Amino acid sequence: MENYSIYVPKLITKKENFAPGHRACIGCGEALAVRLAFKAIGQNVIVINATGCVEIFTSQLPYTSWRVPWIHTLFENTAAVASGIEAARKAMIRKGVIKDTNTKIVAIAGDGGTIDIGLQALSGAMERGHDFLYICFDNEAYMNTGIQRSSATPFGASTTTSPAGKSSFGQFAWKKDMPAIAVAHNIPYVATACPSYPFDLMEKVKKGLEVKGPAYIQVLSVCPTGWGCAADLSIKVGRLAVKTGIFPLYEVENGKYKMSIDFPGLRPITEYMSLQKRFRHLKPKMLEQIQQKVIEKYEELKEKAAACEYNCQTVLED
Amino acid sequence: MGKSENELTWKELEVGGIVTEPGNASQYKTGDWRSQRPTYDFNKCLKCGICQIYCPEGCVNQNNQGYFEADLYYCKGCGICSRECPTFVITMKEEE
Ligand SMILES: Cc1ncc(C[n+]2csc(CCOP(=O)(O)OP(=O)(O)O)c2C)c(N)n1
Ligand code: SF4
Ligand code: SF4
Ligand code: SF4
Ligand SMILES: [Mg+2]
Repeated sequence: MENYSIYVPKLITKKENFAPGHRACIGCGEALAVRLAFKAIGQNVIVINATGCVEIFTSQLPYTSWRVPWIHTLFENTAAVASGIEAARKAMIRKGVIKDTNTKIVAIAGDGGTIDIGLQALSGAMERGHDFLYICFDNEAYMNTGIQRSSATPFGASTTTSPAGKSSFGQFAWKKDMPAIAVAHNIPYVATACPSYPFDLMEKVKKGLEVKGPAYIQVLSVCPTGWGCAADLSIKVGRLAVKTGIFPLYEVENGKYKMSIDFPGLRPITEYMSLQKRFRHLKPKMLEQIQQKVIEKYEELKEKAAACEYNCQTVLED
Repeated sequence: MGKSENELTWKELEVGGIVTEPGNASQYKTGDWRSQRPTYDFNKCLKCGICQIYCPEGCVNQNNQGYFEADLYYCKGCGICSRECPTFVITMKEEE
């Protein structure tokens, strides 16, 4: 437990913008991520939510867990609807139809809804530079329909459409690097987060809201149901994803990379994987391969961050 | 508070499935999903609120003495609060 997270009540608002009575599975990391994100966002917001677990478990007619204006979209058009709302509000403010209340536009979707199906609309919205925050709740598969693989599913993970067995070792491709794709759109703010690090997550959400223009945050959301881990281990599994370097926490502000938390030594990936059924079939040789690649990717990321730091320093010294 | 899902008929639903009462999911009891419940030894409690921040239901509140305690109307019994509490205040007990 990090020391700074002691005495939570003094540090964060008690106000919950996300009502209990939602129907997420027991121990759902995605529900926790949404709850924390919306503590940081507050009430002056319009939420655009793609289909997926979050949409389903928060909006069982006639009930809603949302205490803020919320609209449900298809998979494909979340960022397009967000763009439309943002542009319409701008026009109405310009014409004096409504007052400028500095209302934030926040689009949310799962990894399937973001990194596969909604990517085209998201790319367009980022490129056009709409002033909005997009949060991807990444539980590494299409969970709501029963654990189908997405392009965010990690290499080797068994899902119902990448089942481990005689002729398959599970997911065959390396996780798509969506934050890098967002960075390539030259947007002002990109970050990764995980509810196991709640203050970091909330700080990043606040930053993403405040920047002018598009912001993209990818939140690793542990899914006990889809990952096959014990419900009470949700937080620990998220923490290990970060500490093994499998899901590093970092920010990219105006193209400058910065590690949020860096560890002197990474924990072996087996500490993370052994807690989850989706990786249980992996043989030592395969695990060794994955371990190598995780370290490689982590070093790459650290180099980017170090290069940015170096550049900043030389600018200051010049 | 509006009608519960059992009392409501389709005729009373808003056009477009609009829900006009913010956060009315709080009427819905998720506590009966629980197979184990958190129990507390508050003598060891630091009132740090870590159990509160990590609860996916957001159902941990401060009681009259300032101790953090689950609202059993919603608590699904995941055991996260028990696992994350730094001083082992919370023990999960099987529901009868
Ligand atoms: C175009 C389209 N294809 C398929 C579906 C069915 N569907 C609904 S939710 C879902 C899974 C969503 O996965 P993800 O976006 O990762 O969110 P998660 O449920 O994992 O949070 C699918 C496939 C749909 N609603 N629309
Ligand atoms: S399937 Fe996973 S992400 Fe969806 S509600 Fe259950 S635990 Fe949460
Ligand atoms: S985490 Fe434990 S010590 Fe902290 S407030 Fe909760 S019960 Fe008390
Ligand atoms: S057992 Fe789970 S749902 Fe119940 S109070 Fe603890 S963290 Fe919340
Ligand atoms: Mg998903």
